[in-house]
Amino acid sequence: MEQTLQEKLKILADAAKYDVSCSSSGNNRQNTNGGLGNALSCGVCHSFTDDGRCVSLLKILMTNHCIYDCAYCINRRSNDRPRATFTVQEVVDLTINFYRRNYIEGLFLSSGVIKNPDFTMERLMLVTQNLRLKERFNGYIHLKAIPGASPELIRQAGLYADRLSVNIEIPTEPELKRLAPEKSFGTVLQPMNQIKEGIQLYKEERRKFRKTPAFTPAGQSTQLIVGATPDSDRQILQLASGFYHEQQLKRIYYSGYLPVNEYDKRLPALQSPPLVRENRLYQSDWLMRFYHFRADEILTPEQPFLDLDIDPKLAYALRNLHLFPVDINRADYEMILRVPGIGVQSAKMIVDARRFRKLNSYHLKKIGVVLKRAQYFITCNELPVYRGNWDPGQLKNHLIAECHTKRKKPGDTQLSLFPLIPALSAPAKQLHFKS
Amino acid sequence: MAFLLYDGTFEGFLTVVFECYAQKLAPVDLCKETAFQKNLFIKKLSIHTDEQKAGRVWRSLQAKLHRQNKNLPLLVFLSESTGIEMKLYRFIRRVFDSGRSIETDFGDQDVLELKKIERQVLRETMRILQFVRFQQSRDGLFFAPVEPEFDVLPFTINHFRERFADQLWLIYDIKRDYGIFYDLKETREVVLSEKTFSQTDGKVSANLLEETEETYQTLWKAYFDHINIPERENEKLQLQHMPRRYWKFLPEKSPIK
Ligand code: SF4
Repeated sequence: MEQTLQEKLKILADAAKYDVSCSSSGNNRQNTNGGLGNALSCGVCHSFTDDGRCVSLLKILMTNHCIYDCAYCINRRSNDRPRATFTVQEVVDLTINFYRRNYIEGLFLSSGVIKNPDFTMERLMLVTQNLRLKERFNGYIHLKAIPGASPELIRQAGLYADRLSVNIEIPTEPELKRLAPEKSFGTVLQPMNQIKEGIQLYKEERRKFRKTPAFTPAGQSTQLIVGATPDSDRQILQLASGFYHEQQLKRIYYSGYLPVNEYDKRLPALQSPPLVRENRLYQSDWLMRFYHFRADEILTPEQPFLDLDIDPKLAYALRNLHLFPVDINRADYEMILRVPGIGVQSAKMIVDARRFRKLNSYHLKKIGVVLKRAQYFITCNELPVYRGNWDPGQLKNHLIAECHTKRKKPGDTQLSLFPLIPALSAPAKQLHFKS
Repeated sequence: MAFLLYDGTFEGFLTVVFECYAQKLAPVDLCKETAFQKNLFIKKLSIHTDEQKAGRVWRSLQAKLHRQNKNLPLLVFLSESTGIEMKLYRFIRRVFDSGRSIETDFGDQDVLELKKIERQVLRETMRILQFVRFQQSRDGLFFAPVEPEFDVLPFTINHFRERFADQLWLIYDIKRDYGIFYDLKETREVVLSEKTFSQTDGKVSANLLEETEETYQTLWKAYFDHINIPERENEKLQLQHMPRRYWKFLPEKSPIK
């Protein structure tokens, strides 16, 4: 019996949801000549699922048939599951019609591998080509580059997509070989390198010719599964740091392993997904991207796993008590950023505000510093160091006890930075307002 | 020393600022005429709105304010939060009277509070961009109802005009009873005398909807339900990002028909 579009959509959304990335950020794409859509570099979330994650893009698979048999994947060929395949036109229609209703910022299209990598990649590429050329669609497109596909197809895809990604999934090569014998680091890194070089080439060319067609202007990203293998957090963060610096990736996503194939004895039996660990990894990732931390400052060889009880920034401070207290009225921005309880926004405001007057604890509180936490690590005007003679262990227990009462549920991977909003343009008529 | 009354418009407020300079007034409070509690013992003075005077204040403010803060006075004014006029008045005086920029003096209560209020108003603006849901009608119009906490619809016009340049659309503020209509060339403000949509949730009458409209709403809801991962349920987080007051406009959150 022929499947309806709705049945296909259910199956292929279900199959795509384990890829956690959904961001539509990183590129300002203008709408050209009265076509449809544009992209904002800040990204926009249009809805939030019951698990609290942002829905920005229509995230679906082209097909959930797959010739491979990766142990951690729900779509592996040995699973007996409902399968479906979209036609190119179906994906185009869904994207356009959802977009016109302001449900989405664009499309995130991935796929299981059918026939061979090239056949699969070509279909993904055709969807983007149709959207851009036929439908004159300028919204956001994130495409999965299929490992093993020919460089030419990936190049073409990169001309239409805002972002390309190749998921590495398993953080170390031996573990990858064990769980996905048909894959290797090589097949993943090859397209990743190609995309990186494509982006670099485009940037150089554009300096010479302004009209050079853009190549993956929002950069590339990848995803790592956490908790499916014995790999340590330190290994994961080292890998991530390498991706950010050498591969120039824009984002890395961490996905707490969900036991989707419980029968496979190569995988650990978990009661529930490791959400706290996943959250700590995201926090560490932010420390690297926005707080100027190096991977080896977050975890040392002696301590390869993140502390689940406290966030990595507090853990760093406790390990390095000799660097504190920090004088709020004099220390430089970098050091203020490292104080537990002070975020990027507060740190910036402190540096701005102290040019006008000496700040005291009242000011800090108003600015949004979490004094309950920060007070042990700062001095400011009248506020003496509050640390007493506690050693790091005592201080840690004390702080855990204090924040235990209002512990937030983990899982929020949205980071809001100030300014929150892109330059929202003022209305055409400045002085036109109703009472 | 005086209690100043104005008509409640932003122009009116700017006129007050002008008169304070011109007549050397030192207001103890500033409030809308309609909100004024009659009190025999207070000396009050009504200021009449004057577009020219307001314009002069606005232009000098624009010249003085940092690029990032050009819209701040208008945005915080729109918040209608209690006592906003005096805070904004004191801020504007300092902007004009001080030799250097005071806009990042976050140790000052007014500056800090205005920044916070501005952030709230901007968040509400952002939420329009996020949660507007168009319904396509038979005549090809894409219609969306909104009900923002503050009167910020005008701040979103450029975004929608750029994004949906090739479709007719109308975004209507149900609470304030006006909307912005785009006719493929330009946008204009409209007030609908006859309403063909529900006054509560903005749903367009079924007989006026384009044939496929319901299909796409159903498809969207199906999609939404199927990308959820039940093992990760976290309603608190969902509500924090998408407060319940928006839900009635979202097809993905409406009960199945
Ligand atoms: S190749 Fe991709 S879709 Fe196929 S089994 Fe492996 S992870 Fe799953």
